[in-house]
Amino acid sequence: MKKFNIYIVKRFTISSIIHAFLITVSAACIFPLLWMVGTALKTQQTVFSDLSLFPKHLHWENFYIAWIQGKFWLYFLNSVLYTTVVVTAIVFISSLAAYAFSRLKFPGRNFFFYMFLAAMMIPLPGSFVALFVVLKKWHLTEGLILPRLGYIIALINVGLSLSVYIFKTFFDQIPDDLEDAARVDGCSRLGIWWHMAMPIAKPAIAVVVIFNALNVWNEYILAMLILQENSLMPLQRGLMVFQGAHMTQYPLLMSGITLSVIPIMLVYIFVQKYIIKEITAKTAKVYNG
Amino acid sequence: MDYIKKTRYITFNYLFIFPAVAIFSLFYIYPFIKVIHLSLSQWDGIAFKPSAFVGLLNFKNILFNDTANWWASMGQAGYITLWALTFQNILALLLALACDRAIKAGAIYRFIFFIPPILSEVVVGLVWWWIYDGNWGLLNQWLTSAGFAHLAHNWLSPSLEEGSRLMVRMLPLTCIAIVHCWKGFGWAFIILLAGLQNIPRNLYEAAKVDGADAWEVFWRITFPIMMPVMILVVILTILGAMQGFVLILAMTNGGPYYYTEVPVTRILDSMRNGHFGFACAQSLIFGMILLILSFSQFKLSRKMQKA
Repeated sequence: MKKFNIYIVKRFTISSIIHAFLITVSAACIFPLLWMVGTALKTQQTVFSDLSLFPKHLHWENFYIAWIQGKFWLYFLNSVLYTTVVVTAIVFISSLAAYAFSRLKFPGRNFFFYMFLAAMMIPLPGSFVALFVVLKKWHLTEGLILPRLGYIIALINVGLSLSVYIFKTFFDQIPDDLEDAARVDGCSRLGIWWHMAMPIAKPAIAVVVIFNALNVWNEYILAMLILQENSLMPLQRGLMVFQGAHMTQYPLLMSGITLSVIPIMLVYIFVQKYIIKEITAKTAKVYNG
Repeated sequence: MDYIKKTRYITFNYLFIFPAVAIFSLFYIYPFIKVIHLSLSQWDGIAFKPSAFVGLLNFKNILFNDTANWWASMGQAGYITLWALTFQNILALLLALACDRAIKAGAIYRFIFFIPPILSEVVVGLVWWWIYDGNWGLLNQWLTSAGFAHLAHNWLSPSLEEGSRLMVRMLPLTCIAIVHCWKGFGWAFIILLAGLQNIPRNLYEAAKVDGADAWEVFWRITFPIMMPVMILVVILTILGAMQGFVLILAMTNGGPYYYTEVPVTRILDSMRNGHFGFACAQSLIFGMILLILSFSQFKLSRKMQKA
């Protein structure tokens, strides 16, 4: 009996230590974000005197001021525009290509596929230099419309390789009979892709959308190089511009940052299962070669 | 007739990959060739064409004449990478081992640990820039109210009055490295946890029956099986930490002096100063170094798997 108790105590102690460890790290993760929101709700006067995490008087008007006067509404809409267009385009372009790589026969099929694969593997630090040079040469950095186009296509290109790869691995698993049945029903190749492959590929589409949307929403460097006009800038670029212009307006800056984080957090709550599932599946592949 | 039909069939197939290949060629392959071309020339980025073909002069200058700047920035990126490899990855491994024990609330921890990775580097950089702020930052306020006022510092730009030369040199970089770990450990954690969960449970039970303690189980079972996953994490960590730079742009922009410059911010500087050829040569050299690093890691893992 006594031995049994010791066993329980030991187990309880170990589990408490583990939880204490996990909770400490969790707090370290969340704390900067709470501090960010707390600061966003203080005023320029209280931000230096009020040390509390949750200020007594909540100044929600900061969000309004940041949104209207800080022009974050503009940056926000731009980010929404870029993310929507780029992700939609990636889904269509990469799934079409992946379907061809998986199902259709033509000379050079493997060559083109390995080309995308290689682009995924080879690290190209500072690839933005050449991209900028090329875009400039094509006049895609001038005016108010062309930079948008240049930025969008550049970002499509960034997400293409990984998306083609994700779609191809998925299409490879679809059994041939399904496709044969569709062909017997008189579906064209384009029809099979659209009516048969794409509806089945919803999980793959979800993964492609999630990873690319995160990527585009958080993109900074190309936005910095390509988009010089205020009216074209997405949130990340807008935040840096705001910080440069109003160094000490911490509450407004933190309001702007909070506004840029809210959509990501909302989406994350719903899709985190997919993210973890995808990473787990990719990791399992490491074992099997 | 049959031949025409077949040609039409194949041409139609090419249409499927055409948009992807077209974008890829124009925005990846063409710039890639352009990098090689520009790295051999001198160009201010304004004139219509590169002004002069200079051969390998840019490469020679980077490798042998620009040591103070280029190799120093490489060392600084290496320092951040060292933090990421040790502090970040050991923390991630411990957390993954803790969460693998099928404890309650494991899903919540997993949810929280992956929050920093989904935030943008600009957001993380700016929030931590404010936390580290010398006058009114959270860190100094905390230290002061906890009675450690003497520990308060100008974290991201310390002056010589505050401490030794070495501290002025290393403190901002260390602060950045810690933020990098804060942002990155969630990735390593998720991958390592996935690896741990792939280990068959009956191996653990068998070891228990044989009387192995937790320490032995870790070194004899978990560690060897996890080797490929850990090497994957190491490669991703090195590639990520060496190439990270947006965090630095948001926090210190390379300063104080050039103490927090890394190769990519160097490339950006060369480009802004109108040395496009030099910038391209820098990115080629840096890319080669990364390629060699990750390839040798990969080879090593293959060798260990066979052994």
